[in-house]
Amino acid sequence: MIRATSLLMTMYMVFSDDTVMGSNRNRPKYAIETSNLNLWYGDFQALLSVCSKIKAGIITALIGPSGCGKTTLLRCFNRMNERFEGVRVEGSVEILGSNIYDPEVSVVELRKKVGMVFQRPNPLPLSIHDNVAFGIKVHSPRRSLNKYEIDTAVQKALQEVFLFDSVKDKLRRKGTELQLEQQQKLCIARLLPLKPELLLMDEPCSALDAAGTEAVEELLLSLRGQYTIVIVTHNMAQARRISDECIYMLNGELIEHGETANLFLNPKDKRTEEYIEGRYG
Amino acid sequence: MDGNEHTKNLFAATDLIHKKLRAQRTVKWIFGSMSVVILIPLVALTSYLIIRAWPSLTWDFITDVPKQGMRSGGIWPALIGTLYTVTFSLLVAVPVGVMAGIYLNEYARESWFTRIVNLAVVNLAGVPSIVHALFGLGAFVVFAGLGKSILSASLTLAIMTLPVIIVSTKEALFAVPVTFRMACWNLGASRWQTIRTIVLPNSIGGILTGIILQVCRAAGETAPIMFTGAVFFKFVKRGDLFPYKPTEQCMALSYHLHTISTQVPGVPESMLYATAVVLLGFVLAFNAIAIVLRTRIRNRKKW
Repeated sequence: MIRATSLLMTMYMVFSDDTVMGSNRNRPKYAIETSNLNLWYGDFQALLSVCSKIKAGIITALIGPSGCGKTTLLRCFNRMNERFEGVRVEGSVEILGSNIYDPEVSVVELRKKVGMVFQRPNPLPLSIHDNVAFGIKVHSPRRSLNKYEIDTAVQKALQEVFLFDSVKDKLRRKGTELQLEQQQKLCIARLLPLKPELLLMDEPCSALDAAGTEAVEELLLSLRGQYTIVIVTHNMAQARRISDECIYMLNGELIEHGETANLFLNPKDKRTEEYIEGRYG
Repeated sequence: MDGNEHTKNLFAATDLIHKKLRAQRTVKWIFGSMSVVILIPLVALTSYLIIRAWPSLTWDFITDVPKQGMRSGGIWPALIGTLYTVTFSLLVAVPVGVMAGIYLNEYARESWFTRIVNLAVVNLAGVPSIVHALFGLGAFVVFAGLGKSILSASLTLAIMTLPVIIVSTKEALFAVPVTFRMACWNLGASRWQTIRTIVLPNSIGGILTGIILQVCRAAGETAPIMFTGAVFFKFVKRGDLFPYKPTEQCMALSYHLHTISTQVPGVPESMLYATAVVLLGFVLAFNAIAIVLRTRIRNRKKW
């Protein structure tokens, strides 16, 4: 019986994936491929030869107990780990078919395509408008943009995150004065004018209340398909609600990767099963 | 159950709690009175100075030149001289100090090089001003061949103020939350773009405060300029705003106060106090600017 349901779910998801993919430009099936990815913080090994293939256009959730390396893995995808001292990476991470640890890679170009949203909303201490315009301004030569282009891009991005209607009259107000949920949406909106392919989310709802969480989850589901979304979450219910695929990690190892419904219903690994049942973590 | 225990509240304060509360009140009272005590010298000093200086404290005293072998007249040349040395020293120390501070906080990673620089900065800040004076004499007056001049004096002051400007710049930058930088880097902003658009605008208040406090120090120190550029007396026209060339020696308030107090007999006492009041006023005026700037900038930023 369970088998049958999950099979149905799988079929449904394959079908819905195709419709989403069909509406989009040609892109590789996998947005992210890591092979034998090892990472050390000084002497401590935080990732142990992680091999994963994350499909394009869907929402993939990284779950696991605290300290299992899910945030570390997420930060590998836009090379954010390099800002910390004593970090050493081995193995490869291919994003959209290119190895991002290649010497010729520009971190700036990479981060344009791979945006990140943090646990705590961190709008810049600028106006709402400037927060969203920041990315385009940073990536264009000075005075190459006119006001109209910027304003259109800002409006479009804010509309995409369902924020425009509530802030359209106060675009000159500080982004830091908004409510937390709106701040988090603003943090997502400011990535969009750069036309990213991937959105990395590091527990984006952990600072929000239930209503805020619901609003952000709704937003993620509406962005699904257009962007490849990888979300780290502590909240297993959230992973179940919004993700198409799930990666379970433990002590720096990737234990299991599969369709969310499947992973929660018939975990293949004993450790996954125990975690999902709430025996530890 | 007897009645006594019945009436007693379960959470009533015990003797030990009363004792702790008494200790707490005593400590609070002592600490509070200490913060009042620090006000006393300031108020006493200022009011004493102003009262003693009152007979000489006129507008004329500020704008007039010294007369009768400095026994009457004003202090204009010294005031302008101090303004000159302080301004020139800032022109050197501020760009160097701020840029070095930005490098050390924003770019440099922990290495033997940054450790040495930081050590040098801290040690330089602790060097007595008379040692700076001797260094200035050797380096600028003699070795660089600038002679005793405003340039030598200003450079000496610049060397003296540099460490604190570097440290205060670093601290102001450090106070900007790292999440802002993360946000910028994630949008693909370079370090310099991040600094220019986010970090500097949000730390400029702290940087300015550090600079202005160093202005006060540069204006007040006598030793560094004594050997390098301050002069006993120089003829200047009354109210002349540009009396000195950078290669000339100049008079300065702190040194002037030193000379008329110790080297010239028969100077009216109120003139000594008036000179001190002007020097104090100069420093307080700059402090006031610092406070106004800081509050204005703080009101502007909110995170």
